[in-house]
Parts: sequence; structure tokens; C-alpha cells
Amino acid sequence: MSVIILLLIASITVACLFLAAFIWSVKNGQYDDEESPPLRMLFDDPPLEHKEKTTSL
Amino acid sequence: MSNKEKAIAVQCYHCGEDCVDKPVHVHEKDFCCEGCRMVYEILNQNGLCDYYAISKNPGINQRIKIRENKFAFLDDENIQQSLTVFKDDKQTHISFYLPQMHCSSCLWLLENLHRLNENVISSKVNFTRKEADIIFNHRNVSMREVAELLTAIGYEPYISLNDAKNRKPKVSKSKIYKLGVAGFCFGNIMLMSFPEYLGIDAKEQSLVNIFRYLNVLLSLPVFFYSSSELYMSAWKSLKHGFLSIDAPIVLAVVVTFGRSLYEVLSGTGSGYFDSMAGIVFFMLIGRVLQDKTYEQLSFERDYTSYFPIAVTRVKDEKEETAPLQDIKLNDTLLIHNQELIPADGILTKGKAVVDYSFVTGESLPVEKEMGEIIYAGGKQIGSNIEMLVVKEVAQSYLTKLWNREEFSRNSIDSERSFVHLLSKYFTWIVLFLSLSSATYWYFNDVSRMWVAATSVLIIACPCALLLSNTFTNGNILRILGRRHLYLRNAQTIEDIAGVDYIVFDKTGTLTTGRYNELAYSGMPLSKDVKRKIAALASQSTHPMSKAIAAWTNENNRAKVAAYEEHTGKGVEGIVDGEFITLGSKSYVTGVHAERDIETATYLSIDGNVLGKFTFRNHYRNHVPLMIKRLRKKYELAVLSGDNAGEKDYLQELLGFNANILFHQKPEDKLEAIKHLQQTGKRVMMVGDGLNDAGALRQADVGIAVAENSNNFTPASDAILEADQLPYLYKFIQLCKDNKKVVMAAFTVSILYNIVGNYYAVQGLLSPMYAAILMPCSSISILLITFGFSNFSAWRMRLK
Repeated sequence: MSVIILLLIASITVACLFLAAFIWSVKNGQYDDEESPPLRMLFDDPPLEHKEKTTSL
Repeated sequence: MSNKEKAIAVQCYHCGEDCVDKPVHVHEKDFCCEGCRMVYEILNQNGLCDYYAISKNPGINQRIKIRENKFAFLDDENIQQSLTVFKDDKQTHISFYLPQMHCSSCLWLLENLHRLNENVISSKVNFTRKEADIIFNHRNVSMREVAELLTAIGYEPYISLNDAKNRKPKVSKSKIYKLGVAGFCFGNIMLMSFPEYLGIDAKEQSLVNIFRYLNVLLSLPVFFYSSSELYMSAWKSLKHGFLSIDAPIVLAVVVTFGRSLYEVLSGTGSGYFDSMAGIVFFMLIGRVLQDKTYEQLSFERDYTSYFPIAVTRVKDEKEETAPLQDIKLNDTLLIHNQELIPADGILTKGKAVVDYSFVTGESLPVEKEMGEIIYAGGKQIGSNIEMLVVKEVAQSYLTKLWNREEFSRNSIDSERSFVHLLSKYFTWIVLFLSLSSATYWYFNDVSRMWVAATSVLIIACPCALLLSNTFTNGNILRILGRRHLYLRNAQTIEDIAGVDYIVFDKTGTLTTGRYNELAYSGMPLSKDVKRKIAALASQSTHPMSKAIAAWTNENNRAKVAAYEEHTGKGVEGIVDGEFITLGSKSYVTGVHAERDIETATYLSIDGNVLGKFTFRNHYRNHVPLMIKRLRKKYELAVLSGDNAGEKDYLQELLGFNANILFHQKPEDKLEAIKHLQQTGKRVMMVGDGLNDAGALRQADVGIAVAENSNNFTPASDAILEADQLPYLYKFIQLCKDNKKVVMAAFTVSILYNIVGNYYAVQGLLSPMYAAILMPCSSISILLITFGFSNFSAWRMRLK
């Protein structure tokens, strides 16, 4: 009986966290540009062999 | 010879275009021009050659040099301020629109700007909008230097007057939040309802109550927050005295919520919270899909996004940069090559060759002499000119054209849709059903009366109709968007489907407007004669002469003596002892032409007329084929601001009944469309220039054709990328299929309604049946709409 109440609280809390995460991600602009992020993650490595003037920040 | 052939086949390492002239050979790589080589050197010095590894030949051709002081206006405090997004004592944030951006290499290079200049703190690209947000240290680098750095690597920022006036409004995300909340509540209410549906032990009364009250709690945000979207649109149309499709849905939501609340509070049942949350959730999905707007595109552009932000003003013999708003009467402006003339004025210095193709539809540039009036909107080609402003920017012919009253059209789009017509009947039928079942039970079993009446309203809410409409529209919009036809809104789909008359503009729409094909007719010309013509023609900067010089393909130029140029008429000179004249018909032949029927340059040598060069417009690829297909189903017409040189060809292409008119002023085009509409035609106008702006708005559907949809286009219902124009007939067909899909989905939902109402009128509808029936009908409608609309797109090879 009380176990069910506990479970209910737990499940609703988790669900609320996900809702908050969703709202945060929309507000943060994560859905604004769907083209560049998938490309961007492919070029993270800075080239090694070239003479380095300024390394990445 | 073989060496030359080899040279032609060489591709530029930077931009990938064929090296026409001698390639520049550096670092064992070939470049088509100095510009491309310089970009390569800059990147090479800074170790950014990965640029060439990510995509093949990612560069942008640099053959056309950009004027040195072009960005001098960025030193102006006021302009800087208007462009800055954010500024503190160390850094400035600015957003540049870079139309050249096109591939992953571009993205990579632009985000590595800090490696080219250490004072650039960071740069972040928004690929969809083709914008780069740049943060730089303004103590060590100026905004102008940043713009010049971008230009140096081939990404010249496009800065227009519009940028200075207003920052782009933030896109409203409230609908997404509402959708998120509705989805969250819907899922959880379903979960909380399971114990009840699966038969919870009646002894656990306290537990049952916990679940029920939790449901009430979860339904509150749906009812008060998420549904506000529906309330607002229903209220808006009610205020206009119009029963829209949202009204019965709001009724259903309110009735469901009220009855469920009553059941829970009185302890008689669990209510229909899950159904209510479901309706709202699916409804919002449909809306978000359908309202998917093309944020980066604006369908309501005005002249300010076409005009430059600043111009060069000459004051006391000195050049200075002035913001366009500050230009007053009697200012002297300096217009450089390829720059726009921002105000009406009198030419005071230099020779103007003005390209008005975007403003008037004339395909060839117009020559102007000192003292003549030049109108705003044209583009100067060739040398620098100076002009005296006689009318302020806001009063020029072009801006007046834009601000004309009849061009502003107000209509409530949503009320024209056939769906609203259908929903009206639907609403009345539902209300009638609900009332009659209530009356029946009132006489037979009063206890069941309320149950039956509300059940009918709950189950028969026309959400299925609305769902099928919004989902199909949303999907069609997406399919068309992927093919670069961007519609202003979902109503445009229906408008396109209803069209029966299509009017085209010529210059820039059917033709490319930029490249003209030169054709020679007359006596054959020997190589020697050609060489002489080339020598004469290359003396002049007139585009006609330039084209003729290029056509001869002779580089070995002879000397020209006694060269004379008569503006608006032609050129003459003695080449190797022969007197050659090139020019208009009346100038060369002496026969006076009434009105220029075609664009032709006549040639005579020693007084003998040998022949003429005519310009033929270059039609976009596959456009003739598209016209032939459209011809079978639609009446076609061409309204052009150009001369009638192409009349015969167009007449043959469009058929002999087609209406083809030339020398059309913007007002003429507008009137022509109006006239057609008065005869009961539903007109689609396809155009590109400012001279089509009025016609585009007047027409039932106005489609603006653009080489690059992010660039300037006149206000319209839709924007189509020029290379997709040949598929116009397919797009129209797809829009027609849209209606069929909606009807099919609607029929299915009617079947669900019949089943549901069978139980509802008897007062037997249990919450569980409702909870099963609702999502089932919604999901099957989803499948039908997506399936059918994708199928019809696939059948037409549009996917």
C-alpha cells in the first residue's frame, strides 16, 4: 500500500524531471538549428601535423 | 594546342570551376584566379587546409573582386550600434548573414575563425539561417576588420538596410511548450487510469481516490494551459461571427473536463481525463506540424531588405560613408560598380549602365548620360558614377511602387478552407444528436440523460477532421519544403490546388535574366572580320559590345582608329583601314524603328550592312518542357516588362491562344490579374522581380521565384527556388492530392464516430471505451494521412 504511494511519487518525479529537461532544451535553442550540430561534432579534432599558431581556446 | 586543351580541363583547387584562362599554379595546385589562390594562401598559412579535405572544392569563386573600401561603413558608430547584438567593455557579439555558406567545409572554416585572427573569440554558425554569430574583442579588432576577414576567405557578409532597422523577432516557442506539457500529462493520466480499467479491488477505496485526484491534478495544466491555444483561435473566429472548426473542439474539451470533474468529486466515476488530454495532445501535434514556419524565410519583405545599409556620399570633394537614412535631397552619392542606386537622382559624373532587370523586367542594362534621371533600384555596372539625389529614399519611384495601397491585402485565410465548411455541418449534426438523445432519455430514463448527451459530445468531437487536415497539410508542407517550395501557410496548399490560370513573368522567371545568348544572322563573317569586330567592340564597356567581343572568341586585337561612341546608338571606328559600325537599327541602317521589337545590334563595314546580332534570352533548364505539360491543363499567360523580342518563341511554346503581353508596367500586370479574376479565373502568378510585386499579391497564389530563397524576394504566398521551377506541375498535383487525402481520412473517422456514437446515445460509453477509441482513431488517421500523402509524393518522384 505505502509502497505504491512511494512508487507513485518516484515515477511522477522522474516524469517531471523529463518534462523540465524537454522545456529546458527547447528554451536553450537545441531545436533551432538541426543542420549544423550533426556536422559540427564530426570535426572536433584539431589537426596535428600543421604548425600551430593558436590552439583551440 | 594540346597544352591549351589540357588547361581547359583543369579544375580550380579552391572553387572547383574550370580554369578558363591560364590557371595560377602554386604549391602544385591550380587555381582559376588570383582571388582563389589568395584564399588558399591565407588558409595554408594558418594551417586550415582541412577545409579542402572535408568537402571537395568547397570554395566560392573569387574571380569577381570585391571593392577595397566596401565595408568602410562599418566604421560608423551608428551603423555599428544598429548591427551589434550585445556589447560590453571587452567583447562585441554580432550576427552576419553569409549567403555563400553551403557545405560542411564552410561550417568548419567559419567556426575556426579564431585561428585566423586571435581577436575573434568565437564564431558559431546557424546553417539553416546561413548566419554566423561572431564574438570578437573590439579593442583589438574592428567590426570592419571582421567583415573583411570573412570577405577575404570568400564569405562576404550581406548587410542590408533591414538589418539596421530591426532585429529579427524571436520565434514563439509557446506552442512547443504547450505540446510538451500536454504530452506529459496525457501519458501520466493514461498510466494513472490503468488500475481503474484493469479492475482495482473495490476495498482499496482510498487508493482509487488517490489515482482519481492525481488525474484531476494532471489534467489541470492541460485544461488551463495547453488548451489555451484552442480557446484563443476559437474565440478569434467567433468574434468574427464565424463558427470555426475549433469551436466544437473547445466545446468537447470543456464538456469532457466538466463531466469528469463532476464524476470524480461526487465519487461516481473516474471521468474521461485521458481522452481529453489525448484530444488536446494530438490536436497540438497537428498544429505544430502545420505551422512549421520557415523561420529563415520572410514572406513579407519590403524594400529595406533590398537596399544597402550605407552609401558613399561625396561632400566637399571628400568621400564619406553615410547611413542610407541620412541621405537628404541634393546630396551627391558615389555609386560603385555592382552597387544599387538607392534613390532617384540625376547623373552628374561618369557614364551609367544600369541593370533594371529586377525592377522593370528589362533584360538588358540601360545606358544613361550625364544629366539624365536614374531611378532607384537599378544596379550600376561598369565604372563608378556620381549622382545628385532629387528624391529621398522613402519617396523614390521604387518605394512608392511598394507602398501602394491596393497591394496590401487583408483576408482571413483560415475561413476560406473547405474544412471549415465541412466542420460547420459536422457541428450542427453533433449538436442535434446530443440534443435528441437527451430528449429521448428525458422521457425514458432521466438518470441517463446527462450521461448520454455529454458522451455524444465527447466521442463525436470533430478532432478527427481537424487532425486529418492539419496532419496532411503539415506533411505536404514538409515534402514541398524539401523540394525548395516554401509556402507561407497551409491555406496556400488549397489555393494552389484551386488554380486554373497561370501567369508567368519572363525575365528572371522563365529566363535566367543574367546570361543572354548571342546569335548572329546575316552574311557569314570571316575570321579576319571577326577579329576586327572584336577590336572595335572591346573598346566599349556597353554590355552588348562586351558580349559581341566575347562571342567572336578572338584575343588577338587589332588597333582601332577614330573610335567614337554614341550613347544609346552605337560605336564606330576604323580597324585596319575598314570603317566598322556597330549599333542600333536606326543608327546603322538609317531605317527608323517604331519601337524596339527585339534587342539587336547591327553591323556594317564600309557602309554595307552585313547582319545583326540578336540577344536571345536563356531559358531555365527544362522550363519549355514544364510549360508544355502545364499547357494541357491550365490556361497560361506571360506578362513581361521586356521588349517583344521573344514573342514568337513564347507564342509557340505556350500555344496560340495564350495571352502574351510585353512592355508591361507593374500596374499593368496588377490590372491584368484583376481583370482575369473578374472573369472568374483563379490565378496563380509566378514572378521574381519588383515589377511583379503587385501582381504577386493580387493573384490568388503568388509564387516568387528566387535563385537563393534567403535573398530578397518580393512579398508573396510562396517562395520557389529557381532550379525547382520545372517541377511546378508536380507541386500543383500534390496540392490537389492533399484534398483527397483529407477526405479519405475524414471518411475513416466518420466510421469511428458511428461506432462510438452507437454506444454514446445509449448512455453506455464507459471511460475505457472512450480511452481506447480516441487514440485508435487518431493514430489510424495519422497513418492514413502520412501514408497517402507520402505515397502520392513518391508516385510523382517528389521524394
